[in-house]
Amino acid sequence: MTQGNFRHFAAPIIDNNPVTLQILGICSALAVTTSLATSITMSIALTAVLVCSSVVISVIRKHLPTSIRLVMQITIIASLVIVTDQILKGYAFEMSQRLSIFVGLIVTNCLVLARAEGFAMHNKPWPSFLDGLGNGLGYSLVLILVGTIRELFGTGNLLGYNVFATIETGGWFQPLGLMLLAPSAFFIIGLLIWVIRSLRPQQVESPDFMIRTPDAGGGND
Amino acid sequence: MDKFNPVQLWKRFLALPNDSLAKTFGVAFLVAFTCAAVVSVTAVTLKPLHELNLKHDREARLAEMIAALPGMMDILSEADADTLETVIVDLDRGEIDTVIDPGQFDYLAAQSKMEVTTPIPADADIAGIVRRPNHAPVHLLRDGQSLVLVVLPIYGTGYQSTIRAYLALEGDLATIAAVSIFEQKETPGLGTRITDPAWLALWEGRQGFDETGAVRISVVKGGASGRFEIDAISGATRSSMGVGNLVQFWLGDFGFGPFLKRLKEGGVR
Repeated sequence: MTQGNFRHFAAPIIDNNPVTLQILGICSALAVTTSLATSITMSIALTAVLVCSSVVISVIRKHLPTSIRLVMQITIIASLVIVTDQILKGYAFEMSQRLSIFVGLIVTNCLVLARAEGFAMHNKPWPSFLDGLGNGLGYSLVLILVGTIRELFGTGNLLGYNVFATIETGGWFQPLGLMLLAPSAFFIIGLLIWVIRSLRPQQVESPDFMIRTPDAGGGND
Repeated sequence: MDKFNPVQLWKRFLALPNDSLAKTFGVAFLVAFTCAAVVSVTAVTLKPLHELNLKHDREARLAEMIAALPGMMDILSEADADTLETVIVDLDRGEIDTVIDPGQFDYLAAQSKMEVTTPIPADADIAGIVRRPNHAPVHLLRDGQSLVLVVLPIYGTGYQSTIRAYLALEGDLATIAAVSIFEQKETPGLGTRITDPAWLALWEGRQGFDETGAVRISVVKGGASGRFEIDAISGATRSSMGVGNLVQFWLGDFGFGPFLKRLKEGGVR
């Protein structure tokens, strides 16, 4: 792996993380992170789809007519998602029941189409593969982090094993019900973005508009 | 004229300008065809596995439903594991068919075969299944000689999908002991609430039949009262009504009605 190619792989993991910097794939990040097991399964499914779609689209990129390229990309992504869903239903039935429609919704995950249109269409298969893998792992990192926090503080368990003894079983830990509801994922992702941007101020976006103050002029009074 | 050369033809196709009509159609067709092939092959290859998973799930739910009923665990633990006896019922005659081996009987396959199903008159077809299989499995649980539980598999159309469920009746063959839905594809978040344990618990203790033996059980929209009515879920009225229709249909004359009647009169076996 050359230095240049390695950048494609490493950058999306933290520096250019698809969830915390580009704010993509939030829908599934909210829905499936109630437990660590579902987060991990979803991460694997999304990474697999992302890597395969990036490579396939990169291979045929020179022959995709511009007028129908988005349709073609979605067709390829949708087929890969169906295959992933079928495999999950076959080999991890209970998990696929818990993930319900969210594996199917990978199709509509902006992250996958963004990488196909933004990167794989203009790059060779190998860099596209690394870019897909890097973005998949960046997404996985956030999902697994949020899933860990939510399951641990929401139920006192981790992957179904008891970590904090809860009050119901005679322990000390009072489970935080809020952690199991969707808003908690917003809070955690928000705090995560705050931490990352405090450590790496170059990620902070410039404000869209400035609030007008009296002494800054520009007023008509 | 040149000989037909596929490699040459393929190269010429690739060399076409990307935005030409032929290339656009060609690429669209090839991508669609390949994707369709991949999806079909996966679906067909994994189908047996999916069916096996669904079967295990169904069995697990049946066991779970029976285990959740008060007192059933004691009866089950007293006797052997196979106290739950499965029989095949001839729905027309309302009798147990001893010719068919319950272990070999494939109820799902029987539902879609023309030779072993009977058409239902449109006005009686409240479960929306059009044709009904001639035979159906029934699970019986006995404590000594007396019958304590009868589990009937029921299915039919809800709001947008086929709902499959188990209906458990107590030993009096009129009181509903439990309803357990094991397959449905209703609207996620709305219709799927029919599988909510809190709603299914409403069925417990309701009466399927009145004293004259007529099917009275029904799902009503708001203000259910008495022993024959269950409240529909608001936001999932159609799906709840669908479950009510299934229960009504399968307890009725075209469902298990004749069998239950004979069983009650002691005419079976």
